[in-house]
Formats: sequence, structure tokens, C-alpha cells
Amino acid sequence: MSSVDVQPPVSEARTSPGFVALFRIEMLLALRKRADIANPLLFFVTVLALLPLGVGPEPDLLAKMAPGMIWVMALLATMLSQESLFRGDFEDGTLEQLTLLPQPLYFAVLAKSLVHWVATGLPLALLSPLLALMLNLPVEGYLCLFISLFLGTASLSLIGAIGAALTVALRRPGLLLALIVMPLYVPVLIFGTGAVQAAIDGYAYSAQLAILAALLAAAAALAPLAAAGAIRISLDN
Amino acid sequence: MAWQWFHRLGSPRWFYQKTNVWLPWLALASVVLLSVGTVWGLGFAPEDAKQGNSYRIIFIHVPAAFLALAGYYIMAISGAIGLIWKMKLSFAVMRAAAPIGAVLTFISLFTGAVWGKPTWGTYWVWDARITSMLILLFLYIGVMALSQAVSREQVADKASALLALVGTVNIPIIYKSVDWWFTLHQPATIRLTESSSIDPSMFYPLLTMIIGFYCMYAWTLLTHTRALLLRREVRTQWAQQELAGGK
Amino acid sequence: MEFQFSSFADFLAMDGHGIFVWISYAVTFAALAAMALYPRLARRRLQRELQHQQRISQRRQKVKAARQAVKEPA
Repeated sequence: MSSVDVQPPVSEARTSPGFVALFRIEMLLALRKRADIANPLLFFVTVLALLPLGVGPEPDLLAKMAPGMIWVMALLATMLSQESLFRGDFEDGTLEQLTLLPQPLYFAVLAKSLVHWVATGLPLALLSPLLALMLNLPVEGYLCLFISLFLGTASLSLIGAIGAALTVALRRPGLLLALIVMPLYVPVLIFGTGAVQAAIDGYAYSAQLAILAALLAAAAALAPLAAAGAIRISLDN
Repeated sequence: MAWQWFHRLGSPRWFYQKTNVWLPWLALASVVLLSVGTVWGLGFAPEDAKQGNSYRIIFIHVPAAFLALAGYYIMAISGAIGLIWKMKLSFAVMRAAAPIGAVLTFISLFTGAVWGKPTWGTYWVWDARITSMLILLFLYIGVMALSQAVSREQVADKASALLALVGTVNIPIIYKSVDWWFTLHQPATIRLTESSSIDPSMFYPLLTMIIGFYCMYAWTLLTHTRALLLRREVRTQWAQQELAGGK
Repeated sequence: MEFQFSSFADFLAMDGHGIFVWISYAVTFAALAAMALYPRLARRRLQRELQHQQRISQRRQKVKAARQAVKEPA
């Protein structure tokens, strides 16, 4: 039998199985490295526990700062864990091979960002009620905080992937990554905290959440494209 | 044939020789316009009824802010041209535009802060425009830092071009969100963005300064690009001849 | 159109706002001047580096020639 019959032509390679397979592999790898999941969470909790030590334990003051502080710390935790998003794959050559796959690099980046979100953003969102409790956030804000973090951290993972891809070939990208990515995080931060603030004040907050969802949709469509381009540039081909 | 000029424009040597002719005129125009505008704005434009003389900072603040924003788009567009047509020249323009834009953003922030003291009684207000300008400064710094950090010039060019493009997509979103954020937190006492129509006696010196800043920007961008091109092309004969002759 | 101030001292003071106005203008023009001067400095630095390299390569050639001159008579 000829090899032509066996191999499907490249044009027929479907994208979805590739995406699912990649997602599965990445998920498995993420689950094996438990420390990578735990560290951002521990960072998140530790820094937020420092806040009362810094500003004092007055419940009213803490309640006032809680939405903003929780959001800023979520931002930092996501960004710090992003540094290693493509690093391992870059060092062992997997990244180079991903660029050679028949399906667009877009889906590989999307899969990796999604796994990153499942491993950091989602646990952060799940953990947020506990921190909200510790920081004396009014009860009206809990649900909104959870939903806004749920939606917002996904955008952060996607946007951060661009920065991670741009700096993957550098030896010590840490602070540079922050410098690049932080300004791009601004809209998410504003609408995330805005939603929680509105919820606490007793206003409707669905508009802010809708904007967060819209930002997520835009980020999911565009950010992996940019990150894929950045990976090709970083690999220099 | 119609595209010949475009490809020629990509040649650093052609660009260098062509701009030799433009530079003196641009320099002359910017010096004349900036000095006329400065004297006009400082001495001859009438005093503002509400703000007194401190409003005279507007004649540098507004042009600098205009160009800080326009400069980001110039940087991003030349980066995009570089990525699409792989043009050495446009990457050089992009790299030169980053620090210039950052300096102009700094000028507009600084003059804004100094203007704020007599007008609102404080140097820094988290006003929507000021905050947006601050984020613009961070965007510029990010592009500069990335281009410095990558050691291979070609990779640095492409990477910072891509980052500049990502920034361009984000700027409108950032502006809108900061605007929304500001209306949310706006204290009732401070109102700064009521833009009444400006009187011609103040508008003409402002216009002179804006055009002067544009000329100055063009001149600075060209000279910085030329300096960068010389460094990159230092192995070629024309660059060495250029360096051997002249000042 | 006429000069808005009655005296030069008045012009400098600008009703107490002088310091703010003058600092703004001074910083702006200093920054613009620094940006204008930078390419010239860069060019000069490049010239110096180039001359330095040329001198090194000339010296290398001299050394090479001298070595050969030592070798050949022997």
C-alpha cells in the first residue's frame, strides 16, 4: 500500500482535535507541577495578608480597599506565573515544533492560555470569597467579585501570553514582562474593580461584567494571534 | 514603476541623501515657528479671564500632548510597515520614534502637573487625560525596554514593532476605560475638562506652536533615524564616507 | 495685538504664576534641545569608534608585516 493513501493531506488536518489534544497534554503537565499552581495562589494570599499589616486593621478602611487590592494582587499573581508560560517549551524545543504543526499556532497559544487560566485564574476566583471575608468586603460584593475575577483573569491570561511570547528568548524576563504587560491590563482592572464597587454600593453591575466579557471575547480572538506572531519572532524564523 | 520610490525609500542610503536636503528647511521652520509661537504665547496673547497667566503653559502642553499620541501611531505604523515589507528603514524610524515619543509624553505630563498647581492647587490629579498620558508613557517605556533587552537587532526590531501594534489596538480601549473610571470617581469640586471654544487671539499662537512642534518632531525623528541608520550601516562604504566627511 | 505686561519684571512675575510658566517652558525647551543634540553626539561617538577600529587594524597589519620581515631574511 502506498503511503499516499495512509496519510491524510495536510489541508484536511482538522483544528479542533489538535486543540483538544494540546489542551489535554498541557493540562496534564500543569497538574503534575503542583507547585506552579500553588505558588501564585500562595503569593495572592500572602500579599493580601500583608495589607492589614501595612494600612492597619480598621474594618472600614479594609473594606474600602478590598476590591482594588484583591484585583491588583490577582493581576500580579497572574502576571508573575506567566513568565514560565512558554519557557519550558522554548527550552526543550517543543515550541519550535508547535510552529511546524499543520494547524495554526493560534490554537496552540489558545490552549496554553486556557490551561494557564484554569491553573491560576480559576483558583484565584474560587479563593476570592475567602480573602473578601478576611478583608471585610461587604457581602453584596462577593458574587460580583467572583464573576469579575472569573471573566477578568481569563483576559489577563490571554493578554499576558503576548508578553510571555515576546520575552521567551530572554534570559531574565521578569521585570520586563511586567513593564510590557501591565499597561495592557488597565482596562480589565478598571472594569473588574468598577463592577465590584458598583455591587457594594448597591447598583446594577451587569454592564461592567458585560464589558469584561466583551474584553475577554476580543482578547480570545486577537491576543493568541499576536502571541503566535511574537513566538515566531522570538524563534526568529 | 509606480512602486519604485517605495522600494527606494527602503534603502538607508537613498533616505540619508534625500533627507540631507529636507533637514535644513525643517530645522528653520521649527525654529522660526517655535520662537514666534513662544514669544506670542508668553507675551502677546491676552490673559485668560479665569486662570490668569498660568494658562500660558497651554502653548507647550497641548502640542506636546498631541504629538505624544500621534508619535505612538507613527511608531506603530512604521513598525507595521517594517513587519509587512521587511524594510530596514521603517524599523529604524520605529526605533527612533520611541524615545522621542516618550520625551514628549513626559513633557506633556510635566507641564500638565506644573499647570495643575496654580489652577487646581495640586500638582497631580488622577484626571482621565493625565492618567491616560501616564499609561501612554508606560507603553512607550515598554517598547523601549523590550527593544533594549533583545540583543539581536533584527529580532528586537520585530518584537518591538509587534508590541507597538498591540499597544495601538489597546490605546482606544484604555482611553475609553480610563474615561469611564474617571467619571465614576470624579469629585464634584474639580472640573477641568470643560472645553469652551477658544478665542482666536489665543488660538493662533497655539496653532503656531502646534505646527512648530510638528516640524520639530519631524526634524528630530529624521535626525534620530539617520543617526541610527549610520550605526547600523557602519560596515557599508557610504556610511563610512558619510562619517569621514563633515563635522 | 500688544505686549500684555507693563514692565519686564511684570513679564517675569506673571502675577505670581511666573515660576510655573517659566519652569514649564524651561524644562520643555531643555528636553527638546537635548533631543536635538543627541544625534550629533551619537554620530561623533560612532566616528570615534570607527577611527579606533581602523587604527587597530592598521596596527595589526604593521605587526604582520614586521613578522614577515623577520621571517624572510632567516
